[in-house]
Amino acid sequence: MLDIFDILVGTREDNDYKNKSVIIQGITGKFGSLHTKNMIAYGTNIVAGVTPGKGETKFENINIYDTMREAVRSTNSKISVMFMPAKFFLEAAEDAINAGIKLLIAIPEHVPIKDTMIALKMARKNKAAIIGPNTPGIIIPDVIKLGIMPTTPFKPGNIAILSKSGTLMYEMSDKISQHGFGQNIAIGIGGDPINGTILIDAFDMIKDSPKLDGIVVVGEIGGDAEEILAQHVMDINYKKPIISYIAGRSAPKEKRMGHAGAIVYGEYGSAESKIKMFNNANIPVAKKPSEIPILLAQRLKI
Amino acid sequence: MRLLEYQAKEIFSEYGIKTPLGFVSNNIQEGIKQATQLKLPVIIKAQVPIGGRGKSGAIQKCNDIDEFMLKYDQILNMKVKNEKTRSVLTEKLIPYEKELYLSIFLNRSKRCYNIIASLQGGIEIESFKNQIIHEMEFDSFNNDLALQVADGIKLVEKQQDNFVLILKKLFRLVIDKEAELAEINPLVILKDNNLLALDGKIITDDNANFRHPELQKFNQKTTIERKAEENGFSLVELDGDIAVIGNGAGLVMSTLDILTDHGGKAACFLDVGGGATIDSVYEALKIISKIKNVKGILINLYGGIVKTTTVAHALIKAYNNKLINVRVSARLKGTESQKSKELLATININMFDSVEDAINFITSEIKKC
Repeated sequence: MLDIFDILVGTREDNDYKNKSVIIQGITGKFGSLHTKNMIAYGTNIVAGVTPGKGETKFENINIYDTMREAVRSTNSKISVMFMPAKFFLEAAEDAINAGIKLLIAIPEHVPIKDTMIALKMARKNKAAIIGPNTPGIIIPDVIKLGIMPTTPFKPGNIAILSKSGTLMYEMSDKISQHGFGQNIAIGIGGDPINGTILIDAFDMIKDSPKLDGIVVVGEIGGDAEEILAQHVMDINYKKPIISYIAGRSAPKEKRMGHAGAIVYGEYGSAESKIKMFNNANIPVAKKPSEIPILLAQRLKI
Repeated sequence: MRLLEYQAKEIFSEYGIKTPLGFVSNNIQEGIKQATQLKLPVIIKAQVPIGGRGKSGAIQKCNDIDEFMLKYDQILNMKVKNEKTRSVLTEKLIPYEKELYLSIFLNRSKRCYNIIASLQGGIEIESFKNQIIHEMEFDSFNNDLALQVADGIKLVEKQQDNFVLILKKLFRLVIDKEAELAEINPLVILKDNNLLALDGKIITDDNANFRHPELQKFNQKTTIERKAEENGFSLVELDGDIAVIGNGAGLVMSTLDILTDHGGKAACFLDVGGGATIDSVYEALKIISKIKNVKGILINLYGGIVKTTTVAHALIKAYNNKLINVRVSARLKGTESQKSKELLATININMFDSVEDAINFITSEIKKC
């Protein structure tokens, strides 16, 4: 299991403690360039960009390379944030993993399932982790922002947010921030059928972090990632408070609700199945986002 | 893409999986011609992109032409779980010995495929007792595995050989077409030990559509859905009267849930995507204006960086261009909300700080209509 805090923050002994270097794949695109600027403004240490065919040029004073191999050789970075059209994702992921990248943040939406599966198999072999595709990214407030999230909802604190939905990740973070909580990390799982890092993996990445008081899980219809997480929480008898929300209770069956992964087939992927499993694991499920800070406050007092 | 039964069967045939002889039609004259050609009795089946047709009476046996005419009209005009019949499939009635179940299904958490087989078929998968499930990676299917599955459901000799052949073809299909699901339920064993796919369901990965021009003829998107797609929006048409717009699939689903809890009924689900701009909101309202039965519009936007005034200007533009002639209730999260409220107060749009207030307002306004 990848130590997410080690790779994103490091330890006090590291000379790049809280200043880990990051490469942007697709830095010159409309989306990539906009969010590169936003990440830099937040304090993320962007050291290189990659756009095939644009090597030896610069963007905002950052060196651009043609390939990840060159970019990694020059910077020794372990993290990349990916912005490219979905059909180029697989090629870009292979380039990054081969170059030695250990954490890939895959922003593109509409990546084919087969491409994600191939990239994931390769990542496993090379002990790299992929977050996404179709994720807003990861943020550790006031330390590092890797992705496209707005910064206003996030305040430093001790609550981890794991969310399949981007806007709900912002909304939930905003709501708990307004109630005096903050986030020690927020991870966007992504809304695709196949996630590089599923809820249970993300949970394992953060569950033993020393500065953690509680976890908010924002799930949605589709698949069985929530059920598997609930079972795992019971199996390991996890003690810290977890609260949850499931979007899509009222969605019709067999209809894709915006996210490629948000679809119910029979019982598989239904909100009822997820809520039932969370109840079994003693994880309260909010009926609406505004209940999240209330439930969190309740649990933290116990 | 969720293929209709006759479309799935067309692909089955391409891969050498046998299906009953049949024809698809959209009017009774055509239907009668086909039924006569096939020779009665025949089976007629509503072509709808949803399961549960058997229970809804959307599959009927017709012994003679009078029965055919009566039932054809019923099926052509029926809805299964809110899905209108797209067309009617008329098939030759096939006598068989036994019903099996077979599917290959993307296991999302294990990131592999599941082969599910059972000696019981014809009913919904959840009610199966004796099912065999095999997990395999997308590139690890082989003959031994197919044999194991056939052994698992205790098929022997010629039936086993035929089953293994079909399973291999089905797997090839799943990989070639990038399917999330390919299901044959029931797969029937005939008297001569041949196997026939009596029903078929295929769901392909929409994100891989660009690699599958051959599947595009099966696309059943409505004009409004196509329009939404061109703008990069996700739209699902529903049967209520309040159009729901928001940014981000999770947020819009959540809005739909709270609306339903408040007794409201959504006319559509419209996700304009993570960001929101004047243009995207204006385009979304244009699309909504083409949906029938809309009595109110509920907007829930989480702006983040976006100023609410940007969205307010889009709403005013839509209002001035007479795109909107129904009540609009909006919750706009972002900066400059006070200014937006003042802007929107000049037109017939009500802005709220919480989604609950926005929903309370729109549902009570609709009741007055």
